[in-house]
Amino acid sequence: MALSGIQIYKLLPQTNCKDCGFPTCLAFAMKLAAKQVELSACPHVSEESKALLAESAAPPIRLVTLKSDGYEVKAGNEVVLFRHEKTFYHRPGLFIRVRDTEPADEIKKKASAVDAYSVTYVGIDLTLDGFAVEATSGDPTTFAAAVGAIREVSERPLILISRDPAVMAAGLQAVNGEKPLVYGADSDNWEAMADLAGQHEVPLAVIGKTLDELAELTEKIKEKGVEDMVLDPAARDLSGSLVLNTQIRRLALKKNFRPLGYPLIAFPGDAGDPAREAILAAQAIAKYAGFIVLDTFAPELAYPLLVLRQNIYTDPQKPIQVQPGLYEINEPTPESPLLVTTNFSITYFSVANEVEGSGLPAWLLVADAEGMSVLTAWAAGKFDAERIAKAVKNFGVAEKLSNKRIVIPGHVAVLSGELEEELPGWEIRVGPREAVDLPSYMKEAL
Amino acid sequence: MPVEIPKDQWPGEVRTVTIGATAEEGGTRSRVVTVGGEKTLPFMHFEAETPNPPVVAIEIKDRRPDDWSPLLLDVWGDVANDPAAWAKAAEEAGADLIELMFSLTDAEGNPITPESAVTTVRAVLEATGLPLLVFGPGQAEVDNELLVPVAEATKGERIVLGICEDKNYRTIVAAALANDHLVSARTPMDVNLAKQLNILITDMGLPPDRVLMDPTTGALGYGIEYGYSVMERLRLAALQGDAMTQFPMIVTPGFEAWKAKESKVGEGVPESWGDWEGRAINWETLTAITLIEAGADIVVLRHPESVRRIKAAIEELMTVPEMA
Ligand code: B12
Ligand code: SF4
Repeated sequence: MALSGIQIYKLLPQTNCKDCGFPTCLAFAMKLAAKQVELSACPHVSEESKALLAESAAPPIRLVTLKSDGYEVKAGNEVVLFRHEKTFYHRPGLFIRVRDTEPADEIKKKASAVDAYSVTYVGIDLTLDGFAVEATSGDPTTFAAAVGAIREVSERPLILISRDPAVMAAGLQAVNGEKPLVYGADSDNWEAMADLAGQHEVPLAVIGKTLDELAELTEKIKEKGVEDMVLDPAARDLSGSLVLNTQIRRLALKKNFRPLGYPLIAFPGDAGDPAREAILAAQAIAKYAGFIVLDTFAPELAYPLLVLRQNIYTDPQKPIQVQPGLYEINEPTPESPLLVTTNFSITYFSVANEVEGSGLPAWLLVADAEGMSVLTAWAAGKFDAERIAKAVKNFGVAEKLSNKRIVIPGHVAVLSGELEEELPGWEIRVGPREAVDLPSYMKEAL
Repeated sequence: MPVEIPKDQWPGEVRTVTIGATAEEGGTRSRVVTVGGEKTLPFMHFEAETPNPPVVAIEIKDRRPDDWSPLLLDVWGDVANDPAAWAKAAEEAGADLIELMFSLTDAEGNPITPESAVTTVRAVLEATGLPLLVFGPGQAEVDNELLVPVAEATKGERIVLGICEDKNYRTIVAAALANDHLVSARTPMDVNLAKQLNILITDMGLPPDRVLMDPTTGALGYGIEYGYSVMERLRLAALQGDAMTQFPMIVTPGFEAWKAKESKVGEGVPESWGDWEGRAINWETLTAITLIEAGADIVVLRHPESVRRIKAAIEELMTVPEMA
């Protein structure tokens, strides 16, 4: 949490010399607190005060970045406990775990599938973020080989898992120049792990069985010069992880408690059962994890998790919208049917995907409904006969079609009367309620 | 390094609401279900005890539904043809409550009559000892026509009547008042609309411990983020002491999730969607668990496997962790 104007004032020389361009040190302090000036404008601040002020300006949860050739996964820099207070910024990275005891070709097969996995949701291509490689073997060469096997098929960022510094060193050698996450440091091995993380300039995950232990470890590790850390509060059940993640987030945001001001890592994969893993992962997404390690790679799980992550991290102030206009689907001709919908992304893509999938050509008129779904917009007066008629005119629809016929969503059947008045000479058809039923409707009724 | 855990001290708490009535209490239920009573945000066991766990209702229909996913019709099988048998099967599948939802028409397309609605509710009450929620098809006038006679025929059972919304709350609340029932107050995802409806309902004299609120939700991928945030805001307001938000929350992730194409359709979808059944169950479960962690007290589900997973998750969430 940033310092208040008064707290900042106490750190200034308090001479009111005006060199900063402000009449008093207090006036300058107020501007600083409001982030409207730079500290460098005062030439007289002591080094000590500078350090304290820089510290207070740092974000309460440190931004940690994992990097590999061409990829980055960021976590941290969050500023709120609840998404409605502002928004959540950095979507947690989803990593699939492999163990170095698996045969190399199995690892490669799995890693290629994960690497290639992509699913489209509201026009956005969603993918998984990378791999966690665990040194189950306890052997440096085997570990390095597993890391190498992944790098043969994927460049996505890595989390390296071993508590043995010698094994970890071998893993780090195998991806020299990248920034994987080193997992991890505990109360036994922290010095050696901190040395490794320092040498390779990579972030370090810290594991603590209690918050006291965690905080103590991060402070000691920081003293050794490692600043990029990730916390594992070590709970593996739904109740414990919810409580601990919440406590850590609160301490960081409400108390500006630096020793725990780092992103969190979660291991739903440890559940050992895909059904429970799914639920733990969903909790981790909504409740504050920055990195999530899964054991199960299955599209029927990856897809809902990616969508949940997308939903929770959507900015509540800006619904995702598409540009209003006349869209062509499957190369329509002047004889093809005309459908109308709103410019809310979820709505547009539900309809566009159905029509596209059916292979039937159509014109899709997207009216400006201020980014709202059909019924929401209708209830709010943003998708009425007048707006639809306006869209028909603005986008020059009549010139492109040979017949004047427009299909409206079944949910707003009540609009047909008014629309007949707004669009004289047009035939108004009421389509099905759900987009899923559009293809059969188009085949049978149009 | 000793870390001082910040604890929230809330001035307010959620009201406790009991659904159903046993023979001593003037009904016929073999047990009752109590929800609400939270004094902290969901499962913050280190701040206060969570007196009642969230519960699961299973949604059944008065007749075999025409528009349900084949996955659901398959898993329920023949019982979906008979609401009484369905209620019993739902109880066996682990339901804490049964939500009976009426269709608009019968299989031949004729409107459901009040008489048949009463017969159905009686049969369901006979078949299960669980407390009941009875919902109309969701059109205010039809809901009134069916729910009033149902309420009268089941006086004393402490059934939850729904949907009670701005268009019909007067009728539904009057029916609940006269016959010792409860209402489920639904508003479209808005904190102020929810408060307003709760004020109107309690102003009519219905005791606040007979009101549930349904802030409406969307499914995963179809607006869950709006429902999620409205629920978090409602729960925060309740804990801050705003009396007209201190009602247990009920949401319908089953209804919403099974409307989505991801659950409804198995063919002609992208390969990246994965196995149909696995995906559909994840769709329902992830919608439900996310809302439970936002403060839902009752989730209404459809698939027995989702019920199993969510019940297990609730039990885990209710376990007080060691450090708390
Ligand atoms: C999310 C949501 C919101 C969000 C807005 C999201 C957005 N950007 O639009 C918020 C919280 C802001 C909101 C606000 C309101 N909402 Co609202 N909201 C919903 C909710 C839960 C989901 C809507 C949604 O996203 N659906 C998914 C999309 C994809 O559906 P869709 O656009 O209808 O598209 C489908 C079909 O229509 C069809 N389709 C679409 N286009 C076409 C075209 C053709 C040709 C065809 C054939 C088919 C077709 O295909 C799609 C998929 O099947 C619904 C309830 C529900 N569960 O449905 C209520 C709902 C729509 N809201 C409602 C209301 C009343 C409101 C408010 C007026 C109330 C208020 N809170 O003040 C406000 C209005 C907004 C304002 N004044 O700012 C009511 C509308 C009631 C009615 N029937 O009139 C609903 C139905 C809730 C209810 N049961 O009461 N809402
Ligand atoms: S320059 Fe520095 S010391 Fe001088 S008035 Fe401004 S803040 Fe105070």
